[in-house]
Amino acid sequence: MSSQDIPEENLPAAQDTSQGAVKLADEQNPFADPGLPPHEPRVQDIDERAAKRSERVVALLFTVSMLATVGFIASYVTIPVDKSVFIWPIGHISALNFALGMTLGLALFCIGAGAVHWARTLMSDHELADERHPIEAAPETRAKVMDDFRQGAKESALGRRKLIRNTMFGALALFPLSGVVLLRDLGPLPGTKLRHTLWSKGKLLVNMNTNEPLRPSDLVVGSLTFAKPEGLEEHDHEFQTEIAKAALMLVRIQPDDIKDKRSLEWSHEGILAYSKICTHVGCPISLYEQQTHHALCPCHQSTFDLSDGAKVIFGPAGHPLPQLRIGVNDEGYLEALGDFDEPVGPAFWERG
Amino acid sequence: MSTTTSTESRARGKAPAGERVADWADGRLGIYSLAKANMRKIFPDHWSFMLGEVCLYSFLIIILTGVYLTLFFHPSMNEVEYHGSYIPLQGQLMSEAYKSTLDISFDVRGGLLIRQIHHWAALVFLAGMFVHMMRVFFTGAFRKPREINWLFGFLLFVLGMFTGFTGYSLPDDLLSGTGIRFMEGAILSVPIVGTYISFFLFGGEFPGDDFVARFFSIHVLLLPGIMLGLVVAHLILVFYHKHTQFAGPGKTNKNVVGMPLLPVYMAKAGGFFFLVFGVLAAVSAIATINPIWALGPYRPDMVSTGAQPDWYMGFSEGLIRVMPGWEINFLGHTLVLGVFIPLMIFPLVLVAIAVYPFIESWVTGDKREHHILDRPRNAPTRTAFGVAWITLYFVLLVGGGNDIWATHFHLSINAITWFVRVAFFVAPVVAFIVTKRICLGLQRRDKEKVLHGRESGIIKRLPHGEFIEVHEPLSQEQLYTLTAHEQPKPLELGPEVDENGVRRKVKATEKLRAKLSKGFYGEESQIPKPTVEEYKEITSGHGHH
Repeated sequence: MSSQDIPEENLPAAQDTSQGAVKLADEQNPFADPGLPPHEPRVQDIDERAAKRSERVVALLFTVSMLATVGFIASYVTIPVDKSVFIWPIGHISALNFALGMTLGLALFCIGAGAVHWARTLMSDHELADERHPIEAAPETRAKVMDDFRQGAKESALGRRKLIRNTMFGALALFPLSGVVLLRDLGPLPGTKLRHTLWSKGKLLVNMNTNEPLRPSDLVVGSLTFAKPEGLEEHDHEFQTEIAKAALMLVRIQPDDIKDKRSLEWSHEGILAYSKICTHVGCPISLYEQQTHHALCPCHQSTFDLSDGAKVIFGPAGHPLPQLRIGVNDEGYLEALGDFDEPVGPAFWERG
Repeated sequence: MSTTTSTESRARGKAPAGERVADWADGRLGIYSLAKANMRKIFPDHWSFMLGEVCLYSFLIIILTGVYLTLFFHPSMNEVEYHGSYIPLQGQLMSEAYKSTLDISFDVRGGLLIRQIHHWAALVFLAGMFVHMMRVFFTGAFRKPREINWLFGFLLFVLGMFTGFTGYSLPDDLLSGTGIRFMEGAILSVPIVGTYISFFLFGGEFPGDDFVARFFSIHVLLLPGIMLGLVVAHLILVFYHKHTQFAGPGKTNKNVVGMPLLPVYMAKAGGFFFLVFGVLAAVSAIATINPIWALGPYRPDMVSTGAQPDWYMGFSEGLIRVMPGWEINFLGHTLVLGVFIPLMIFPLVLVAIAVYPFIESWVTGDKREHHILDRPRNAPTRTAFGVAWITLYFVLLVGGGNDIWATHFHLSINAITWFVRVAFFVAPVVAFIVTKRICLGLQRRDKEKVLHGRESGIIKRLPHGEFIEVHEPLSQEQLYTLTAHEQPKPLELGPEVDENGVRRKVKATEKLRAKLSKGFYGEESQIPKPTVEEYKEITSGHGHH
């Protein structure tokens, strides 16, 4: 100890008492378990007035809870469901939601706070010790159980009568198959459904926003337009499922800027039609940067170069966006020249 | 004997009503034997033991509020036109599921509150389980006899994740639909059967008309049913094993020190349920969660930026975002590794932490029961592994929110993605090494404290001018607490050649085990704790320094 280097007379008396005050119960082993420390009384244990104060606090909390519940019911009855209120710093929120939540929260919290305060200040805080017993059974118990099991197994003659055993296992193994078979009608087989979309030769490209067929002049260089096949309407029963495959993204790029040769052939005057569904896990691609011709999927940030056959230039997508071959019909409207020549959306085992 | 019975029943007849009801129940259920063992059962006190309670109570709150929500929610994907009280969506086409969620939020009085409590409680439930699991992990509470309860808890965490996912998918809003689409894309990546699973799950092509109704029964019946069973089993085991406790005076591996269930623990734990419920209600009053009305109904060709899953699914989102887009095409088939590998790592990340208790018990060969908790510093290798795992988890969370990081901190999204790709491999290793160092440093400090006492902060000047700090010796309680932990020796393989000069065959698994054991208990992995001799040497007065 550092203090032992110091002559006694130089030590301040006050510090001496705090030093060396520690008495080791066990001189032989100072690290031995000294046992449970003695109970230290709380102020409530020795002063009845303090205990009374605690009692009043607990009762107050329970009373506040009662009032809050009354407040909850009053709010439910009086505040209109569509009333909005400004609460600093949250902003405009539903008055009813705020009132109900705060009163319910207060009612519940006060019950909890009351109970905990009661337990902490007024209930006995004497620490008690319980014994633990080993979880494992005594050897005699174990032997008895084993004997019983052997006896039971022997009496069943399961090991001796193999025919019964084998047919029973067979029956038990087979019957769950019925359950598996029952799941068959959860859905149709995939077939080639993922390979086809609503697009076919001669289908007009309809603007998603205006619901009007598109002409090349509707698309300016640098713009991004979303299109659907003609005949597909929002009210159609299959709309969601069909648009999930057929959604189209149209961009117009100066034909000289289109690097991919096939891409240029399939375009019309620099208008390129790509599937809007990301080839990663199927999010709709909706961010387009007209300077670089990059399209970005907002979900997982796969980035495609639309001027270069929608090649993946960053992110987790595994292959380019499929391109739709387009042209113009006699009346000057943009039309598809066939379906996509590969499946749109996420890759799958049969895609090839 | 009939006379005894009649005197007994007469005696009981005079008892107060409460006792008579209890007698009635005891005659049919045997409640007295149960109560004898449990009514004054001792529960140790420590703030970290509350974390499990937070999970239990939020689970109960989720069930209560969830039942209320089923009274108003229509799990149907029929398309309807909206004419409710939320003006911005008037006339829009949407599924009945989405419409009924709008109705709960705007037309049912208190519906929004219950919906928000339900969602907030789910977030707290998962966060609570995560932290509770970490508490159990870092203190070694998972050791024998509690390994099975660790697995029950782990299953609850995983099932909780999927219950949460199926739950927030039900409103069929733009954000949740995007999450479902992601799930469908991930299922499609499974070799051979992926397409079939997807078609069976969605009743055909995505999105179809079925998934909301199917997810509904999974979310309200199948998963919570299993979870309720697991919660009950978890609690029964907690009671049966009796709670663990930290080392301290009077606390041994053979006892449990604390307060009795009746009344203290019952009041504290029961009160805590109300505290948790109260806080969740207040949070739901002031903090909007999942405002589906702002997102609009789901359309497969639309999306919003900044799409994020609930936090507990974030690490899987990170996996899918940072994985390079590998695809292998052969013989007319596609192996979508860019999606399938993350899909496989997702369970592996979780399983790594789930199987750890079994790996540790194999390496250490420890078959004894443990009821005294470790301080994390006294198990440096375990602590380092846990921190490495958490680091991996959080690196993936960063990856899952790479767009949010990019927009909030004006960083390049490509740079963040590359950072996560590298950190996925590097960060856990660094975390492991650093944590182990910190643990050993803390062990040294404990040793120092035991041998030389507590730094009192009092500076003294000696007659010859030297300044020293006065150290205050520890009490025996403190000495015991700091030296109570065990320090096992690493496993010895024994000589490869026995006394007769015959080479003994050592299995490769045994060699691995010895090596790992050295990693756990070798010289590099623990600071020898002070001995009684060292202590006496220093305190007896000869140990001037």
